[in-house]
Amino acid sequence: MDCCGGTDEHEDDCTEVTVKEGIDAKTVEAAKALESENYSAGFSTEIDMEFSPKGLSEDTIRFISAKKEEPDWLLEWRLAAYRRWLTMEEPTWAKVRYEPIDYQAYYYYAAPKSGAKYESIDDVPQEILDTYAKLGIPLREAEVLLGVEGAAETAATAREAPRVAVDAVFDSVSVATTFRKELEKAGVIFMSISEAVREHPELVKKYLGSVVPQSDNFFATLNSAVFSDGTFVYVPKGVRCPMELSTYFRMNAENTGQFERTLIICDEGAYVSYLEGCTAPMRDENQLHAAVVELVALDDAEIKYSTVQNWWPGDEDGKGGIYNFVTKRGDCRGARSKISWTQVETGSAVTWKYPSCILRGDDSVGEFYSIAVTNGRQQADTGTKMIHLGKRTKSRIISKGISAGKSDNTYRGLVSINKRAEKARNFTQCDSLLIGGRCGAHTVPYVENRRADAQLEHEATTTKLSEDQLFYARQRGLGEEQAVALLVNGFVREVLQELPMEFAVEAQKLLEVSLEGSVG
Amino acid sequence: MLKIENLTATVGEAEEAKQIINGLTLEVPAGEVHAIMGPNGAGKSTLSYVLTGRSGYEVTGGSATLNGENILEMEPEERAAKGMFLSFQYPVEIPGVPVMTFVRTAMNSQRKLRGEDEISAPDFIKKSREIAKQLKLDAEMLKRPVNVGFSGGEKKRLEIYQMMMLEPKFLILDETDSGLDIDALKTVAEGVNAMRSPERGMLVITHYQRLLDYIKPDKVHVMAAGRIVKTGGPDLAHRLEAEGYEGVLGEAV
Repeated sequence: MDCCGGTDEHEDDCTEVTVKEGIDAKTVEAAKALESENYSAGFSTEIDMEFSPKGLSEDTIRFISAKKEEPDWLLEWRLAAYRRWLTMEEPTWAKVRYEPIDYQAYYYYAAPKSGAKYESIDDVPQEILDTYAKLGIPLREAEVLLGVEGAAETAATAREAPRVAVDAVFDSVSVATTFRKELEKAGVIFMSISEAVREHPELVKKYLGSVVPQSDNFFATLNSAVFSDGTFVYVPKGVRCPMELSTYFRMNAENTGQFERTLIICDEGAYVSYLEGCTAPMRDENQLHAAVVELVALDDAEIKYSTVQNWWPGDEDGKGGIYNFVTKRGDCRGARSKISWTQVETGSAVTWKYPSCILRGDDSVGEFYSIAVTNGRQQADTGTKMIHLGKRTKSRIISKGISAGKSDNTYRGLVSINKRAEKARNFTQCDSLLIGGRCGAHTVPYVENRRADAQLEHEATTTKLSEDQLFYARQRGLGEEQAVALLVNGFVREVLQELPMEFAVEAQKLLEVSLEGSVG
Repeated sequence: MLKIENLTATVGEAEEAKQIINGLTLEVPAGEVHAIMGPNGAGKSTLSYVLTGRSGYEVTGGSATLNGENILEMEPEERAAKGMFLSFQYPVEIPGVPVMTFVRTAMNSQRKLRGEDEISAPDFIKKSREIAKQLKLDAEMLKRPVNVGFSGGEKKRLEIYQMMMLEPKFLILDETDSGLDIDALKTVAEGVNAMRSPERGMLVITHYQRLLDYIKPDKVHVMAAGRIVKTGGPDLAHRLEAEGYEGVLGEAV
């Protein structure tokens, strides 16, 4: 199918779909009963924190920059962003509704008091380690300790056993970076972005803001002004990163906004797979999260970026929860480069997120695989942008949206074929699954095409979880919730297969937890 | 033994509800195979759904017990765990869920409900292999999503595969012969016959006598307007084939 030219828009709203017998009435009741106890990551850790002054001003920014001992150029960069931000307006085009955010009510910096960075894992306060243990993050695993102690291992042997290097961000500060030495041997730089500013200023200066400019959008500009920490990865020419890199984000302190900044650069012919996991404790207030992720892939480089996001979604009345306003963008700067985004989004009260690819290099490839689950009163407006600039660039979008309860789930995507992008190709598939009759699923795919030789395919389906399928599974002995979980897993299988193994298992469990009580 | 007494049931909600089962009484002792035949709209499929607990079907009177236990109050999965199995007339497609995953999940769920241990992976695979071979099912097929892209015959054979894997105590075969060519029909019938045992009862719902040449019933019941109107031996099926439902029912009413 060729959808040349113009903008294509259609919407499906399930509230208009006639409710099918039996299951749906019960589902609504069950959705009401959706309990916040379902959120297994909802606990907070009692530790002394150091905060910046509340609210946002040039002083706040100077405070953050000073705390991080940043060079002047970065302070100026932040201040320029802040001044720009003051002139900008919060976007309203997304299909999400929330109370106006009082940007002066947040703390923009929070750090554990006992020191910003630890020499070794033994210096990390026990409370923090306990927090990670509850989240199932293997900071203290024997293998990890090997990495900390710097056992003489080569990158080659590291390849044999799949392992994950973790850079954990506790509120704003990176508390432990494991496997660091082993990565260093391979030439891979994996550290917090604050450290990178000190140790590799030339790389940071060259690439920071080169994919998501300071002025990009309201939230990205805010992030540029106040970003507190985040991850920096550089994989040198021809190096295949010997292990999966991982960052776990967790928001703990009350009234803190979290503004990580992630920058990943894959030099010519290099490869890296990066995993990002997020959780936040239960709080009545809405916490603000506005991250920026920039990926740069040079000639023949490949970056695989996977996210499992289960920020606190708020309680059943829509109170509390995370506002997740994230700008993620990858730049396939080099020829034959490839960037692949895979995301499993089950959390947050409001999600506003469009991991995108700029396909600049000839023959470059962009991929977006997404599972977005909304339940209760969650609202998600998420999708991707594939900007085809180079010749024979290819992109592939597979989006699976699952709506339950009274939630709203929107896929919003843009496929843009530039004048020079000869023989560009895109395949888009957007599938929505509705559980119950009071949720919404919407598909808003935009296409801008300036080439007659472009090949664009778009497929979209909206289905309701079928009573026939549920009964069939139950007749064979599966309980109702188990049957729903199995059917949903089947629905998202194509995307789950894109996730690294250990993440796929976690994602599967998350789906189950997120949809608990979605049918009755 | 499945014992149904004076059962009445409706389909649909509130004022739209229609009574489909009208005082049906039937006994299928363990070890016996009974056939239910009847014209379209007699309520045959409805009976199978009422017995297995599908939502949208409401029991308004009478009783049904399996080995002395009232099954009508149970959830569908509890009935399954007690040994009720329905081979569907139209097996449902479940995209993205491989057959083996589906059946193993079902089997372990039933075992859990009965307070038994889960089956081990090697035991499961061994059992699956033997049964697949018996039913001439390709091993590759069991890795594909349940019923997706399967032919009519493959779907029915997959129903029998699940039945043999789950080893239920009571089987209901709803129009298992529809959509089968003669070779597939033979394979399916062999599978069903292999399941015959002194502890197991079967109810075979069919339109045509053809299936009963391969699965020999102990008794044949004729169902019309939601009730059993005539009961006889295997020869009754032949009479129906020769004289049609009108002929036989004209005499019964």
